[in-house]
Amino acid sequence: MVVTIKELPREELWLPGNPSCPGCPASLGLKLLTKALGKKIIVVIPACCSTIIQGPFPKTSAKFPLLNIAFECTAATAAGVAAGLEMKGKKDIAVIGWAGDGGTVDIGIQAISGAAERGDNVLYICYDNEAYMNTGIQRSGATPYGAWTTTTWTGKREHKKDMPGIMAAHKIPYVATASVGYPLDFVEKVRKAAQIKGFKYIHLLAPCPPGWRFPPEKTVEIGRLAVQTGMWPLYEVENGVFRLTGPSKALLDKSKRKPVEEYVKLQGRFRGLKPEDLKKLQEYVDQMWEEIAKRVKG
Amino acid sequence: MAVAKAKGKVEVLTGNYAAAWGAKLARVEVVAAYPITPQTTIIEKLAEFVEKGELKAKYIRVESEHSAMAACIGASAVGARAFTATSSHGLLLMHEMCWWAAGARLPIVMTIVARAIAPPWTIWNEHSDILDERDTGWLIMLAEDNQEVLDGVIQAFKIAEDERVLLPVMVNEDAFILSHTAMPVEIPDQEVVDEFLPPRSDKPYILDPDNPFTHGNLTYPDYYMEFRYLMERSMEAAKQVIAEVDEEYYRLTGRRYGGLVEKYRCEDADVAIVAAGSSAGDAKEAADRLREEGYKVGVFRIRFVRPWPHEEVREVLGRMKAVAVVDRSISFTKGGILFTDVTSSLYGSTPLVHGFVTGLGGRDITVNHFVDIVKKVYSEIEAGEKGAKWEFYNVKWEVLP
Repeated sequence: MVVTIKELPREELWLPGNPSCPGCPASLGLKLLTKALGKKIIVVIPACCSTIIQGPFPKTSAKFPLLNIAFECTAATAAGVAAGLEMKGKKDIAVIGWAGDGGTVDIGIQAISGAAERGDNVLYICYDNEAYMNTGIQRSGATPYGAWTTTTWTGKREHKKDMPGIMAAHKIPYVATASVGYPLDFVEKVRKAAQIKGFKYIHLLAPCPPGWRFPPEKTVEIGRLAVQTGMWPLYEVENGVFRLTGPSKALLDKSKRKPVEEYVKLQGRFRGLKPEDLKKLQEYVDQMWEEIAKRVKG
Repeated sequence: MAVAKAKGKVEVLTGNYAAAWGAKLARVEVVAAYPITPQTTIIEKLAEFVEKGELKAKYIRVESEHSAMAACIGASAVGARAFTATSSHGLLLMHEMCWWAAGARLPIVMTIVARAIAPPWTIWNEHSDILDERDTGWLIMLAEDNQEVLDGVIQAFKIAEDERVLLPVMVNEDAFILSHTAMPVEIPDQEVVDEFLPPRSDKPYILDPDNPFTHGNLTYPDYYMEFRYLMERSMEAAKQVIAEVDEEYYRLTGRRYGGLVEKYRCEDADVAIVAAGSSAGDAKEAADRLREEGYKVGVFRIRFVRPWPHEEVREVLGRMKAVAVVDRSISFTKGGILFTDVTSSLYGSTPLVHGFVTGLGGRDITVNHFVDIVKKVYSEIEAGEKGAKWEFYNVKWEVLP
């Protein structure tokens, strides 16, 4: 299912002029989500940047039904929406959980694990800006090794939690990674997931200019470098079958991957990275790809 | 108005089965539940109803009480009739979402099996869990017996879904005293309940892609307070709705409970016992005995803690010589929770108000205790005591190791 930009609808269901920061990947992600699926959606959003960028009452940036909910229960609420719709005989509405990394990998992990295990008919999308950006750039379980945040002044000492891997371990029918640097790849995955019944999970890397300390015009560039350096592999796990997608397909060969340094040097959050930290990060990426190679060979 | 002859079959049911039957007769569409003692047999029975095809509902076996309420919120937001049940720690974990359900104005109904809170571990009755929810915006009803549990769940949906209210309702049954004690309960015919409680309306709003709107987004100080004011107005309006619903239920089933409060032998009384939940039955028994001895005693049963029956408290209790408030809860250094509400409503009135904090963690409150409490209050009237005071009643120091 290859998507081209020309076939995406022109209508904006996620309105421009919303109060997001310049270069905001969450706003870009919501725009792509609505272009992928159209009007027949209900979106559940917990406390996160998207709480703010939807605009304050009585205004809204959303031309689709949007239910705000507490931080830790996106998946459970979306499960309730799906159950309610089923009882009402409304079969053509996709129920979307749209949450940040904190609301997914940290405080929301119990609810998402429960919904995944039950197979609730929900498409859950984590837009991952790798820290609690809405509250002012605090460390989350999704923050990468070495990154500065306002609660890790000298750089985080632990690696990022492998949330897509955790979701794949739930044996749900569809898990995918995506990056706002590759919008059509994301749209394809959203469309594919929406066709599948049960619990689906897409983890969208969302480079955040103020949080990662880079200029707002570089969101897409950094989203691409994350993939090209191998820091963020693009893949799908469909009914247990792992498959690299898009540009990541060519990156099993280490020589095809750009050095991690090219990714981190554009971001102020890695400014304090010492040479040994950079080496550690590169080794982490290389080892991750060795594991990917095993999964591809299957 | 003619009262229909009560229709239905009588079965011997525990309070928990009565709650499950209430939810079934209300034709709930989504059940989201997580087990906790002593609530479990409610959700077991509902699972049985659903799996046998006797109740057409989606049953979400959630991984926590927090998710139970979150799922009920999602289901209710798209127009489904949603139900759950919990107790004690489950309710405390759910607390955040109780605020959310009320603030979102969703007509969810939940049975609470009131149980004390750990540590130390306990599973027995007390009202501290449910009364901890009194400021969330939920209507809070405490049933006295299993029939009222069943009838209360059905009434609760009717009240919650009324456009003048649109707030969720908790229906309380006391742990074990009602939840696991079987007594004869009349199960009304489904047609009777259907006439009383039609399918839920989509008005004033449900989440719908054909009429999209954003629910619950960031609200600056310019608007937030007005939302809370609207909730207050609806809670106030609920007083009338509760009375109407109780009367309509009476016309269809021959049973009514007095609306916000039940007044038992209060007309000529000079002392009233204030109680809520199952112990009100023992209080009535005590009042009967005391009247045989010449004491003019009545029982003022608080059926709804929210909305608070301020007018009834002033009108009925305000004319007493003394009021004995028997609480199964404690707000430390302030007394029982009903006691604090009763005394504030009686501000400027003359009765002596004596609060008794007792029955915590499932300790029995017997008829003899109520008799003793009333006689104690009478001796205080004779001694000319005024004002309000409270005490821990039936504390047994000698049992401690």
